[in-house]
Amino acid sequence: MIALDELLVDNLLWAPLLIVLLKVVVVFIVGLLATMLMVWFERKAIAGMQNRIGPNKTGPFGILQTLADGIKLFFKEDLIPNRSDRFVFALAPFLSFVPAFLAFAIIPLGGDFRNGNGGEVTWFGHVTKVQLADPPIGVLFALAISSIAVYGIMLAGWSSGSKYPLIGSVRASAQMVSYEAALGLSLASVLLVAGTLSTSGIVAAQTTITQWNVISTGFIPFIIFLIAATAELNRPPFDLVEAEQELVGGFNTEYSSIRFALFYLAEFMNTVTMSALIVTLFFGGPQPIAFGNFVLDIPLLPNALEGTFWLLAKVLVFLYIYIWFRATLPRLRYDQLMDLGWKVLIPGSLGWFMLLASQRLARQNDWNIFIITGSSVVVMVACYLLLQAAFSKSAREREIQGSMF
Amino acid sequence: MEFFVFGCAALMILVGAVGVITRSHPVHAALSLVLTLFGVAVLFVAQEAHFLAAVQVIVYAGAIVVLFLFVIMLLGVDRVENLRTEPLTAQRPLAVIVSLGLIGILVAAFTTGSGALHERGEGINIPDLSTGTDANTTQLAESIFSKYVVAFEVTSVLLVVAVVGTVLLSRRIKSVEVETSK
Repeated sequence: MIALDELLVDNLLWAPLLIVLLKVVVVFIVGLLATMLMVWFERKAIAGMQNRIGPNKTGPFGILQTLADGIKLFFKEDLIPNRSDRFVFALAPFLSFVPAFLAFAIIPLGGDFRNGNGGEVTWFGHVTKVQLADPPIGVLFALAISSIAVYGIMLAGWSSGSKYPLIGSVRASAQMVSYEAALGLSLASVLLVAGTLSTSGIVAAQTTITQWNVISTGFIPFIIFLIAATAELNRPPFDLVEAEQELVGGFNTEYSSIRFALFYLAEFMNTVTMSALIVTLFFGGPQPIAFGNFVLDIPLLPNALEGTFWLLAKVLVFLYIYIWFRATLPRLRYDQLMDLGWKVLIPGSLGWFMLLASQRLARQNDWNIFIITGSSVVVMVACYLLLQAAFSKSAREREIQGSMF
Repeated sequence: MEFFVFGCAALMILVGAVGVITRSHPVHAALSLVLTLFGVAVLFVAQEAHFLAAVQVIVYAGAIVVLFLFVIMLLGVDRVENLRTEPLTAQRPLAVIVSLGLIGILVAAFTTGSGALHERGEGINIPDLSTGTDANTTQLAESIFSKYVVAFEVTSVLLVVAVVGTVLLSRRIKSVEVETSK
């Protein structure tokens, strides 16, 4: 009754239990390996963009550098500041590390989604999905986890008992709570098109390239989601949390040894998970690239394995984009960050969602699609002008009276 | 299995609830509250109310307690307030009366309602969850956006009024000062 995996629903047998356990272990190991490689990939790619060489001593192309760093961090002295709140200080790294791994559980990591297969594969005579859990709430789980992730950063900064980490964590929590709204609203457009919350259902609905949600929702939700996700991850250009020039190192200033390593791991793990989530939501996850009836099929590989390959390829693109962001864009100022979140992204995603909803209603009721679109655009422009009027009025008043905050 | 899950969740809820009251540090109390909220979410999942569980975590643990912590951090918890001095002297006896009354009402509700739950009779219409993975969300959406749409919209208006009112109240002082200084 409580099982999130259909394998565990009926009478408990050894084989399904072992399959689920195997999936847990594999997902955990894949997560750790992906994080390790992501750290290396980022260092290497950013070094390339800045005309440096980057890590090149440990292993081929320096690929084992992260492992070496990790082992070194294990043996470093573990410092706990005198004025810290010991219990919370010890708890915080785990609060940011565990959610990072939990979110990975709902990503479809492969499987055959062609011809309405729904991503199901048969292992040892049992039908299962190549994802750890496919809960009915699917995407909401990812949102819940990302809203939990803020605790780690927030409590880390507060419990350090020193001012720069505290400033960093207050910034972080304000930023993450603000951008979560934009994240959720842009995701709502995807859910409107897909008609389901489950991640495997969303992937199954995106068979050809024109059905990929990035196109069928009209690019805007994707762009908003990408920006909001970057802010949610506290990655550049939204890394005010750890603005080195202002805050020493941000929320993790007082952390050392393996506790610091856990934050570091969680950050990169979150990047990998968020890229995988973007691919799942907007780019068809493990679906192959297909135009109409033509499917870009890889010969010799079984379809289920091919799904993993496609997912990997798509995720790599987004990981590269995140690194590219970091190397290219300067950090935003704090007020710019808040303005972008509240005045551009949230109204924008809300407006776009209403537009999609009205079009869907028009299509269901056989209304004239052009009239509906036209009138919605008129309403949106009117709302935009009202919003702009409100902003300029408040800006003028602030100039006269001085801001309260 | 179900009993085991219930036991763990109930333990989480009780430990959290006791922690909220007994921990003297506001941040620790807020964290105990998070534990309680998670326990409730687990119970929701155990009752197949997946959507409610997710919303419970997103709204309560992810937004409301974060705001609590945010306020605690901004105001600072270093100022030691003496809990012995009571600003409202009637508060404690009133709290006892109210909590006893609440327990009485809950016990009365459970004793009168337990028969209906046990029989699964006409009183409670147990929805069919076998119609698909999104049945939970669909049913909730149908009742919110058709049957109770007025109540839902009125609640949202209430929230907007509260937000606008707060902004208005907190900004007023400044503008009055400016007017008098002219």
